[in-house]
Amino acid sequence: MKVMQERVSMGLNGNAAAAHAMRQINPHVVAAYPITPQTDCVERFAEFVSEGLVDTEFVTVESEHSALSACIGAAASGGRVMTATSSQGLALMWEMLYIAASMRLPIVMMVVNRALSGNINIHCDHSDTMGARDAGWIQLFSENAQEVYDNMIQAVRIAEDMRVRLPVMVTQDGFIISHAVERVELLGDEEVKTFVGPYKALYSLLDLQHPVTYGPLDLFDYYFEHKRSQIEAIDNCLPVIEEVGKEFGKLSGRFYGLLEEYRLADAEYAVVVLGSTCGTAKEAVDRLRDRGKKVGLLKIRCFRPFPKEQIIRALAPLKGVAVLDRSVTFGGFGGPVFTEIRSALYDVSPRPLIIDFYYGLGGRDIYVEDIEKAFARIEDVVRVGWVDKHIDYLGLRE
Amino acid sequence: MEKPLEIRWHGRGGQGVVTASRILADALLREGKYFQAFPEYGPERMGAPVKAYNRVSDAPIRIHSGVTNPEIVVVVDPTLIGAVDVLEGLAENGTVVANFPGTPKELRDLLHFSGGRVAVVDASLISREILGRVVVNTPILGALCRVLPQVRLESVLEAVRAQFGEKLRAEVVEKNLACLRRAYEEAQIG
Repeated sequence: MKVMQERVSMGLNGNAAAAHAMRQINPHVVAAYPITPQTDCVERFAEFVSEGLVDTEFVTVESEHSALSACIGAAASGGRVMTATSSQGLALMWEMLYIAASMRLPIVMMVVNRALSGNINIHCDHSDTMGARDAGWIQLFSENAQEVYDNMIQAVRIAEDMRVRLPVMVTQDGFIISHAVERVELLGDEEVKTFVGPYKALYSLLDLQHPVTYGPLDLFDYYFEHKRSQIEAIDNCLPVIEEVGKEFGKLSGRFYGLLEEYRLADAEYAVVVLGSTCGTAKEAVDRLRDRGKKVGLLKIRCFRPFPKEQIIRALAPLKGVAVLDRSVTFGGFGGPVFTEIRSALYDVSPRPLIIDFYYGLGGRDIYVEDIEKAFARIEDVVRVGWVDKHIDYLGLRE
Repeated sequence: MEKPLEIRWHGRGGQGVVTASRILADALLREGKYFQAFPEYGPERMGAPVKAYNRVSDAPIRIHSGVTNPEIVVVVDPTLIGAVDVLEGLAENGTVVANFPGTPKELRDLLHFSGGRVAVVDASLISREILGRVVVNTPILGALCRVLPQVRLESVLEAVRAQFGEKLRAEVVEKNLACLRRAYEEAQIG
């Protein structure tokens, strides 16, 4: 294939969209291990390497644990580094996830959201990414293949910003996005190169004039202070993510914020959801609006760091909120999205009534009608005036 | 927003229905349309019934659910008729496009399908005569093209050329295109 100087519309699935973003970003190092449904992305990128379209050192490894370990080494040595994984692969990276974030290494990783075993299931839910939510990575969710491409490019700028220097996960829903071909608008190669800019290494291990140590023993004397600085570092990322989203909008015409509010301005009821279901939810909102219902959608693009203030502003004026969680917290009080949103709204007075729905586990399909049911339920809850059942299911067979 | 047009493909593992849905997507891209092309992933085996889907629209497509009420079903393998319910959820006035060695009336009788439209073409015969073996996914696109005004034959031909141009010998690509053209011309609609 040819180098693409001009902008072009292509039919790409989410994996290919991510691979094209990686091609245009042209990272120094990619270490990755293929896993369904992410395999297609790594294979395509390997083709770009073999065709000489990138300068990347492509490291094949024997496991995901090694993939992220290699990425950590390469990033600490001063390179721009990317990888991709899914599900069990992300789970196998678990201890290295924390190390990458603690060392403040700006690695960008594409995660195809897939259920965790057991039983074995290759289809979409958010258990993998939500299991990594506390690891210190920035997490951006994508609604469609276009957003996968756009988020990958922005992720590099966000991760490498001197005010951030943290790893970023860009997620997409397994099969629903990763294997569905959609129309995607690509920027020109040069435009992407200019947008991400040259890599600025910080505390490179290979800078022999300024020797540094990564990951030493850090006990009760300083570990706590280092964690405090890490807590503040990720909290301080929110304005940078917004800034990059605006700048990307000026370039591409596609503007990104931390959240997307859809017909929420005068709404009384809203659903809150992440990923590909947001598009389906927009259809549900439109249908209900046609029937005179005052409903809207809050789409969370940035889940980590959690944009608390923005979420409070968006949801506080509502009468009722239905949160849709595509992963569960076994033994907990609701899914991870519900728990956090309900907590954020605790200080608001008056505050909306909130319910949670588990949905879509292991790739169970979700339809416009399911989301209409969620809206009907929250409307009932508000009519009664209190929440009888905090957590329920959508699309589950009884 | 207007509902996208939805297409469901029925074939057997190995017949290239996923590829056909992707070629259609590429043809729609050439027409400036918005589209989706996605397979139904399950335990795939050679010869087992498989499905793939397309959505077609003039505006960006937001919905990401499975297709349950398609306007068009495309049956790539005639042995599926009677073996799986190819009419399941088909929209009122929907269209059936089939690789079928008979007339539209004969297919209607077999399926007990009186509404909508039927387009039939003997894609197996066409490919056997031109290519010397049965390759049904490219010719059936010709018949589909006859009942899908959103895409012109030229765009489908270009998309097939783009799909196979680097993988197959030029002569084989030309024969595939010839199959497609002949299926477009010979498709009977009734």
